[in-house]
Amino acid sequence: MFYREAGQFKTTYPADQQILPIRQDRYALGAILVLAFLIIPFAASDYWFTAILIPFLIFALAALGLNILTGYTGQLSLGTAGFMAVGAFAAFNFVLRVPGIPVLVAFVLAGLTAALVGLAFGLPSLRIKGFYLAVATLAAQFFIEWVLIKFGWFSNYNSSGVITAQPIVILGYEFNTPRSKYLLTLCIVALLALAAKNMVRSGTGRAWMAVRDMDIAAEVIGIRIFRVKLLAFAVSSFYCGVAGALWAYAHLGSVEPAAFTLERSFQILFMIIIGGVGSILGSFLGAAFIVLLPILLDRGVHLIPGIPRDLLSNLEFIIFGGLIIFFLAVEPHGLARLWQIGKEKLRLWPFPH
Amino acid sequence: MIRRSSLNLRGAALCAALGAMIGAAAPVSAQNEQFIPMLSYRVGPYAAGGTGFHGGFIDYLDMINKRDGGVNGVKLTWEECETEYKNDRGLECYERLKKKGPTGATMVDPLSTGITYAISDRAPTDKIPVVSLAHGRSDAADGRVFEYVFPLITSYWSQSTAKIKFIGQREGGMDKLKGKKIVNLYHGSAYGKETIPVLDVQAKKYGFVVTHIEVPHPGNEQQSQWLQIRQIKPDWVILRGWGVMNPTALRTAQRVGYPANKILGVWWSGAEEDVLPAGDAAKSYIAASFHPSGAEFPVIKDIMKHVYSGGHKGNMDDSKRIGQQYYNRGLIQGILAVEGIRTAQEKFGKGKPITGEQMKWGLENLNIDEKRLKQIGASGLMSPLRSSCKDHEGGGAVKFMQWDGAKWAVITDWIQPDQSIVRPMVEEAAAKYAKEKGVTPRKC
Repeated sequence: MFYREAGQFKTTYPADQQILPIRQDRYALGAILVLAFLIIPFAASDYWFTAILIPFLIFALAALGLNILTGYTGQLSLGTAGFMAVGAFAAFNFVLRVPGIPVLVAFVLAGLTAALVGLAFGLPSLRIKGFYLAVATLAAQFFIEWVLIKFGWFSNYNSSGVITAQPIVILGYEFNTPRSKYLLTLCIVALLALAAKNMVRSGTGRAWMAVRDMDIAAEVIGIRIFRVKLLAFAVSSFYCGVAGALWAYAHLGSVEPAAFTLERSFQILFMIIIGGVGSILGSFLGAAFIVLLPILLDRGVHLIPGIPRDLLSNLEFIIFGGLIIFFLAVEPHGLARLWQIGKEKLRLWPFPH
Repeated sequence: MIRRSSLNLRGAALCAALGAMIGAAAPVSAQNEQFIPMLSYRVGPYAAGGTGFHGGFIDYLDMINKRDGGVNGVKLTWEECETEYKNDRGLECYERLKKKGPTGATMVDPLSTGITYAISDRAPTDKIPVVSLAHGRSDAADGRVFEYVFPLITSYWSQSTAKIKFIGQREGGMDKLKGKKIVNLYHGSAYGKETIPVLDVQAKKYGFVVTHIEVPHPGNEQQSQWLQIRQIKPDWVILRGWGVMNPTALRTAQRVGYPANKILGVWWSGAEEDVLPAGDAAKSYIAASFHPSGAEFPVIKDIMKHVYSGGHKGNMDDSKRIGQQYYNRGLIQGILAVEGIRTAQEKFGKGKPITGEQMKWGLENLNIDEKRLKQIGASGLMSPLRSSCKDHEGGGAVKFMQWDGAKWAVITDWIQPDQSIVRPMVEEAAAKYAKEKGVTPRKC
């Protein structure tokens, strides 16, 4: 009744090509952006900024990066956390070693460094596919972690290999409160998400999807697989690198290579599997599910009286695992697909036929 | 039809999740209370450490409440939050609990080097002391730069010098160390790496050769590392392990034929949970500790009397673990927290809850001498401690114990660390941190 596109006619090409063709969707997105940029900064507490919103946004960005590679180009990768680590350590070193460098430039350079590393580890994808490629990217994960631990230069010879992020100062303004860090993260994530959305709608994205669906057919119609695959690796690693830099600068403040273990890579992979492979929205939904649900559960199980604390901690794991199975059983294509089905139903509501 | 019913189920799950979120609002707390957040971990590979340590910590606070009615009438309260030993979860817990209680969090000990690093940046802003009892970061002993971080009792670097002293004793003098070969087998984390520089400095000073070998987290496979050790044929192996890495190291050492009495563990490698799974491979293995095992101390007897008797149940499910390494370590953390609160109350008003900032003063002015230890009922459980604004460590002495197959037997007296090595390194590292972060050290 409310969600109906009847009467919305597209009379120009730009109207036909816009990101959200349905008016209600545009309003909804606008409302979300207003909420995120204008209302939340004044309504949320420090706890919400530092413990929930910032990590959620950063994980969404990393998931977005992985989704470009795995969801859109079909190249399974287990090196996400490794590329995040490259981004974090590169940003630290750029700020440390290049005097007077603006932090945002350092973030971009960190992303580019991660992209370069991603390119190098993407080379095997030209010969190997599927699970075998996953193993090759696994090598990236271990290699990067090892290099960062092994060579003290990367952590400025800190005795325990931990880097401490320098203050974020942009145009003389220091981003030192949770609110300002949230806004900074939000801006970067929103910009990159918009870029990703447009990339996957453009020729680049269509080439990625063609390679994903059948690479031989893609080659036959004139797509240069070599370039397309490597581009996907580079773009994906760029996103992960920026996410890693934000993780260090806007979230934790200090990171060690052990913060970017294989476990983290899997976590991000699970985000896109649960959120929706090959969907921008899915990256956000998946990040929300994996980041927020354990915290919600932890707060929730607290309310059950009379159970020993250690049992509660294990209970949390059991419920979390159960919910993952539940959602995957209900919709194997992820939360984004659930949302899509919901939208289809809404179109017909209240008179399904 | 089927489709629709599954939609309803989904709705129910969503409602449940939302309900949990709304229901989790903070309960109203009474005014005369002192709140301590417990960033504990009871699941995951390091659960043995978390359950024992926080069990001891909570039991001691519980006992103070039940026996004395709190600290000068101020009741101690706490809330646990599961960190899973992960930095981001730890940070979430810290943010969640930092404002609880009438005066906010008193102090926090996450028992994780990684989480300590993550929250010590925020501590000065929030004015909450971070106590990293005998864990990282060692350079925080310089209280001029790290105003709110307290590696109380002893740090990794202090311990490392005590360990080399012990090896010197065993070899018959520090001059005998020349030409000896020592392997530092470390956990591949911030914690594991922390002693590498101090060992290098000592190697230069005493003329021994040190080889650093990393074991990647979590360390349940060490065949190649121990084969490398067999090739090096070191005189001593320093085991800087954590969790499952420790029993694996002892078992693998036995397999490659390296004697256990030449393996020297740090205190996170020297709990009952570290040696029992290794069986007879652990026999005669030596580990450092800043407190002995055992339940014969009067303070533990008080806990048994007030917390565990008469149908009450303490925090430990398995009461056999009371008096073991992790439990006693948590107990010491409890003693330090309570003594810090007491000291701060003496200055800022007895019988009133103190703020984190006042707690910082309390922790900086701790003076726990033998007499006080006797009053607490912890003589011999910990070494006397005296902290200051400049020295956030306050003690540093270490004992060594040997596993006889059933229990830890203490084999040395308190061995003092070599502050002439440690302190300059602490100050240098702290100065570097201050420069990187743009912190101006305060005057002491």
